[in-house]
Amino acid sequence: MSTESLALPQPAITARPLVDRLHGWITTVDHKRLGLLYIGYALLFLLIGGIEAAAMRIQLIGPRYNFVSPQVFNRLFTMHGTTMIFFVVMPLVFGFANYLVPLVIGARDMAFPRLNAFSFWLMAFGGMLLYFSLLGANGLYGAGNAPDVGWFAYAPLTSRTFSPGHSTDFWTLSLLVSGFGSIGTAINIITTIVCMRCPGMTLGRMPLLAWLNLIMGGMVILAISPLSAAQIMLLVDRYLGGHFFDTQAGGSAVVWMHFFWIFGHPEVYVLVLPGFAFASEIIPVFSRKPIFGYAVMVAATISIAFIGMSVWAHHMFTVGMASSANMFFVLSTMAIAVPTGIKIFNWLATMWGGKIDFKAPMLFCVAFLFQFLVAGLTGIMLGAAPFDWQLGNSYFVVAHFHYVIVGGILFTIFAAFYYWFPKMTGRMYSERLARTHFWLFVIGFHLTFDFMHIPGLLGMPRRIYTYEPGRGWDLWNLIVTIGVVFQAAGVLVFMLNLVISWLAGDQAGDDPWDAWTLEWLASSPPPDYNFAEEPVVRSRRPLWDLKHPEDPDWKYE
Amino acid sequence: MSPTSIFAPASTPAAAIFGLSTLVLGVTAAIFVCVCALLVYAVVTFKKRPDDDGSEPAQVYGSNQVEIAWTVIPTLIVVVLFLASARVITSVQNADRSPGSIQVVAVGHQFWWEYRYPALGIVTANELHVPVSDSTQPTPTFITLLSADTDHSFWIPRLGGKTDLIPNRVNSTWIDPYETGLFLGQCAQYCGTQHAKMLLRVYVDTRNAFDSWVDQQRQPAREEVDVAEGRHVFQRTSCINCHAVSGTVATGQFGPDLTHLMSRDTIASGIAPNTVENLRAWIRDPESFKPGSRMPAMKLTDRELDSVTAYLASLR
Repeated sequence: MSTESLALPQPAITARPLVDRLHGWITTVDHKRLGLLYIGYALLFLLIGGIEAAAMRIQLIGPRYNFVSPQVFNRLFTMHGTTMIFFVVMPLVFGFANYLVPLVIGARDMAFPRLNAFSFWLMAFGGMLLYFSLLGANGLYGAGNAPDVGWFAYAPLTSRTFSPGHSTDFWTLSLLVSGFGSIGTAINIITTIVCMRCPGMTLGRMPLLAWLNLIMGGMVILAISPLSAAQIMLLVDRYLGGHFFDTQAGGSAVVWMHFFWIFGHPEVYVLVLPGFAFASEIIPVFSRKPIFGYAVMVAATISIAFIGMSVWAHHMFTVGMASSANMFFVLSTMAIAVPTGIKIFNWLATMWGGKIDFKAPMLFCVAFLFQFLVAGLTGIMLGAAPFDWQLGNSYFVVAHFHYVIVGGILFTIFAAFYYWFPKMTGRMYSERLARTHFWLFVIGFHLTFDFMHIPGLLGMPRRIYTYEPGRGWDLWNLIVTIGVVFQAAGVLVFMLNLVISWLAGDQAGDDPWDAWTLEWLASSPPPDYNFAEEPVVRSRRPLWDLKHPEDPDWKYE
Repeated sequence: MSPTSIFAPASTPAAAIFGLSTLVLGVTAAIFVCVCALLVYAVVTFKKRPDDDGSEPAQVYGSNQVEIAWTVIPTLIVVVLFLASARVITSVQNADRSPGSIQVVAVGHQFWWEYRYPALGIVTANELHVPVSDSTQPTPTFITLLSADTDHSFWIPRLGGKTDLIPNRVNSTWIDPYETGLFLGQCAQYCGTQHAKMLLRVYVDTRNAFDSWVDQQRQPAREEVDVAEGRHVFQRTSCINCHAVSGTVATGQFGPDLTHLMSRDTIASGIAPNTVENLRAWIRDPESFKPGSRMPAMKLTDRELDSVTAYLASLR
């Protein structure tokens, strides 16, 4: 091994005591350490949210099965949804953004390191606040602790009348606090990308990862603000006698829906754009070709962001909007399929004519392409308002958005884990364990979420703790639950791989994938200052230019 | 076959949605096949070979012609799907109320359904009766949807799409079933602890059967002599705060109207057959029957339970 080639006398450095090292992590303002904190925190919550999902699936394994009470089931789906969106996927995408954005634009840190640390700890505190509710905050009338109003918490279920305890307050405050953290991070990402690019990196030469995170940051500010406003209004209703959503005093339940979904739908794009960013970096490197249609990819992302801000009420086709409003949201929802389709075609075209190396990151990206296609097509079905009158709020919707969030976003996040693991730790992951993880997770994912569409088509609504026999739903629910076993096994193999490889993996070297963006110029793991010398770039693929001086990209761009 | 399949429509709105769904499914299936074929072809053809020489493939940066093609074609597909959706939206949402139609007011409660027929003077619960509608003499049923507490959603998959019942808001939907029989569904918007057991039952009767059901429902409550003790217990306890029995002192509004309780097949919003044993068990301890139900146990003695059950069982 290359590490044994040098035998310098070791200076007598004693390891710093554990408490010092912990203190270092807690007080850090380094973007890489904060990125890893985000990621570690999210993985912890991934386990918790996964256990909640597994408990729900055991309850639904057969009709009138009795594993948990209805009160517990309602808490499980509320906590599962809130946890997975706000405390798993959000911190994962923020964690990778924190770690990678300064590196890919050749910067030494984020623009506001202290704000960065503050934002992380706000989000961490928000997650703790949510789970603190388990210690004694009652929920719905007659029910036990922890929030149980559903993750979109429709009014008036959240009013003091129906939710007399404090669990709804914990839910509200938790999202309010972590929401401020998200806004802080978004401001940081935008400022970093706008102000701190290295010399030569014009906007048009920025890696797509930076572009997509820039647009994601903008969407976070636009989406989280109405959510925070709604949470404040809800608190006013609950404690100061306000009537925003209090239907018993002339308030409007529909206004909450608008506020929630004008956050909720852009949120999907907030989560998926970083996923697109990972795919847009990984697919070219493992196909050995530059991204196909770079400018079109950027344009498509911007139009997704624009249109994505105007589709929210497709979550509300069943609330009795006027037919003209329904038509508008059908059109805007379907229109978003066009730029999204362009992206899928561009990734395919990037692979076309390449030499595709199916290492774990690429495996996850190919599965992502397939699954995201399916998710998009079921999205078109749901976007046709009359079809949604049947499919909305059924298990078909549950299957659809898990296809997006797990099959689309989580798969690209797994790809990102394997792709950047060598950079973050300096060690190579185990390809054999990664493949085991991939196949277990693919099998589990498809058993669970393919078959979950069917009970929805057969009339099974979501959020029911049990169901009647004789509806034709039994077999499908059984298969769905079996899939969970494979998914859980896959995630355990994944976590095992991370731990084992971090402790005992082979040295990875600075550029194990023969990649082209600036993070691979830094050492693995990068030093505190990232780059000893400020890099200067002349094209979108600075490392390609270095490796191919005879045929550099800047001649063609 | 599932009794709640959206692919077995038995009413005009459900059939219109079914028609649209076949178009959407066809188009999306075609897209799926085309893109999957491209993906599989790319994965198989452009896989790195074991004997690869390590050289880089041709570096292609993009192509405007291709980009235009895969922008324009999906746009055209979107236009088609939008127009097809708009047509169904209009036909279902803006349907005229024909003179022969039945008017029903459905009120969602935690966790049961109240049905009122204002023109017919009927109040009942959990089991909606409507006449069959034939094309020569259509008798559609228009349902005004209200909520007494939280959000609910009215969804009978074989008869139509779902529409929410939202407090402080008036919604409506309509059905015109063209076959008789029992159609099932359940509440489709999370409404609290027992959302899962807020089942919907729609009985589509022949015109004659519907008319005789109407006549029967318009009768005042029966007053049988041999259940006087049970009636006394019922009227003396707080049962009457929530339940109504027409023509008596029981005028409560929070729970189901019991005037013709025994004309219904099920109790507790469709979760159990309406037998004397189930009725007694339900009154004795609603919590064990349907945890989270808003009906409290009245702590009746066995004798009181028997007599109240007997009284309720007389309300045919």
